[in-house]
Amino acid sequence: MLTLDALKNTMRECAGEDEAIDLDGDIADTPFADLGYDSLALLETAARIERAYSVKLDDTVTDARTPRAFIAIVNAALPTATVPA
Amino acid sequence: MTVITGIGVVTPTGNTTAEHWAATLRAESALARVRRFDPSGYRCQVAGEAPAFDPAEHLPSRLIPQTDHMTKLALIAAKAALADAGIDPADLPRYGAGVVTAATGGGYEFGQRELQKMWALGPEHVSAYQSFAWFYAVNTGQISIRHGLRGPGGVAVADQSGALQAVAMARRQLRKGTPVMLTGAVDSALCPWGWVAMQVSGELSPRPEPDRAYRPFDADAQGWVPGEGGAILVLENDTTKPHYAHIAGHASTYGEALVDAIRLCLVDADVAPEDVGVVFADGAGVPSRDAVEAAAITAVFGPAGVPVTVPKTMTGRLLSGGAAVDLATAALALRHQVIPPTVNVTRPVPELDLVLDRPRPGSIGSALVLSSGPGGFHEAVLLTRPKECMTC
Repeated sequence: MLTLDALKNTMRECAGEDEAIDLDGDIADTPFADLGYDSLALLETAARIERAYSVKLDDTVTDARTPRAFIAIVNAALPTATVPA
Repeated sequence: MTVITGIGVVTPTGNTTAEHWAATLRAESALARVRRFDPSGYRCQVAGEAPAFDPAEHLPSRLIPQTDHMTKLALIAAKAALADAGIDPADLPRYGAGVVTAATGGGYEFGQRELQKMWALGPEHVSAYQSFAWFYAVNTGQISIRHGLRGPGGVAVADQSGALQAVAMARRQLRKGTPVMLTGAVDSALCPWGWVAMQVSGELSPRPEPDRAYRPFDADAQGWVPGEGGAILVLENDTTKPHYAHIAGHASTYGEALVDAIRLCLVDADVAPEDVGVVFADGAGVPSRDAVEAAAITAVFGPAGVPVTVPKTMTGRLLSGGAAVDLATAALALRHQVIPPTVNVTRPVPELDLVLDRPRPGSIGSALVLSSGPGGFHEAVLLTRPKECMTC
């Protein structure tokens, strides 16, 4: 399953990070816009996650406003076997 | 009157204005066999590559994955130009500064990489940033976003003459009331895709020796070599502030009439031919185009009637960036009262007074910059020295 740390690492790698923002803080509910990420950064991140997790994400994934919402969409799309009970 | 208050230069001879100017006065050529990719098997094997740099030292990390090499160079030049002009865009009115750049195509290297991924791995492997990173308007957009320049924006796509058109577009915005405009061009197509596209022009030099490949106005001229880089200029209407030069005149023609562009530019500037201190020629290095340019210069100034120079013999032709660098170099020539040299030309055409191999000091009141693109674009801009410096 996708964790917040894995999401942060992916975003750093494929979209960089805003120098003024501490991604290591408590950001699960911080809107992506406030984290310095636009819709293209989300699109790029979604594509990376699709490849890394062999998952097909719905286009609505880029509508996710926060990391928590994004992670929930990804984990709901993963086969249940990979989600711990 | 439109004036140049800031200059940011990134060229093969230096990734700062000071390095570029110093290398230019030392007549130091940066042309060499292509290193960025293996040029074996291509007609042209020589290029002017910008000095290597670590993007992380110059750019926010958010911008690195989404930009082509030439956009990184453009962002470095734009930041340097604003700093040189002493402008913090945050101090300006909301729509007080705009951007007009020129481009030949866009981010070729980024585009090639992503297209290769598409065909080799599938469309899901293509970067979302491909949507704008290879677009011809990308430098205008990225400069504008990074610095919050919400004023008028634009792009001139006119091959190698675009930068002077961009300057003219920026000057129009200043006259309409925008207080600050960034303009110029930074360009690169140093990847196999860009290389092949340039090669089909038939104008690239086949000579493998870096000191013989690009010799404009020489009996041995056999074409040109590409380079990468360019310059971003800050233009303002404020004449009380320290500045490099006035943009005194501009003209643009299409077709065979380069001579008309020169004459119209001088009329626009209200400067007589005898008051022009130097001509920065386009110097295509293609014998037929050199002949047209030499004839046009001679028709206006008389045989050997004005010093002529082609400093881009040290950098190669920087696509749309070349004329922007010529403007920056001409502005520095006016400030320092010295004409930078042309290199590698050993048998110059007799009708031009080419400034060869070493700088020529002199009293230079104005500098004419010419630029032509294949297909018949011709541009001329006249820079004049600030009045208060006429005696300094």
